[in-house]
Amino acid sequence: MRTVQFAAKFEFLDEIREYVGEIARASGFGDKDVYNIQLATDEAASNIIEHAYENVTDGVVEISCGMKGKELQIVLIDHGEPFDPSEVPLPDLKADLAERKIGGLGIFLMRKLMDEVHYHSNADKSNVLTMIKRKG
Amino acid sequence: MEITAQEFKHCNMIKIKGRVDSATAPQMAQAFESAANAGKYKLVVDMSELEYMSSAGFRALLAAQRESKKFNRGEVVLASVPDRIREALELAGFTELFKTFDDDLTAVGHF
Repeated sequence: MRTVQFAAKFEFLDEIREYVGEIARASGFGDKDVYNIQLATDEAASNIIEHAYENVTDGVVEISCGMKGKELQIVLIDHGEPFDPSEVPLPDLKADLAERKIGGLGIFLMRKLMDEVHYHSNADKSNVLTMIKRKG
Repeated sequence: MEITAQEFKHCNMIKIKGRVDSATAPQMAQAFESAANAGKYKLVVDMSELEYMSSAGFRALLAAQRESKKFNRGEVVLASVPDRIREALELAGFTELFKTFDDDLTAVGHF
């Protein structure tokens, strides 16, 4: 597992995607999986920046990424407000244009694109989001 | 991300190049707002050189479609959607909200 700390700002999403993309590619994932891993990580990091660090300008998100056996693990740790993605209601994808909700889409994509998504908020105010993508 | 706009007789084309995420989506949303403010409600979004789009971009597309459909039989349609982006749009249930065309010409001809 490699670990990198990123300033919790939208400008660094590009670098975050490159970082997990490189590891996923080097681990043997194909183009489609690499894209989806990057998208899921972007959505997870965007949520942390937008919600966990709402009103915080110097937040840090620590991202660890690497293979564990046959699965790629991505762990995002922040020290902001707890924000549990599993508590966000899933968007109604059958709703028509007027009814379509604008929120919850990123979390929905994360869950669909990855094989597992877990969240844990610790008493010391660290929030840990783990995402797993299996090979093949 | 880079945005260029082009005017046609019956519609306007907005070409989005590069990557759209939470950092760049507001700029894309602004391009749609400018079009709406100028009374352009029939829009083709050219995605031929789009490399990446997160849900932040999807939300901007949804807002633009809502705005466009309010007026003068307006509509936002998508052209030349790259495979990876099409798959994500499908997953999000967005392909039911937007007509998609294989190329610019057919999309422009739709209006």
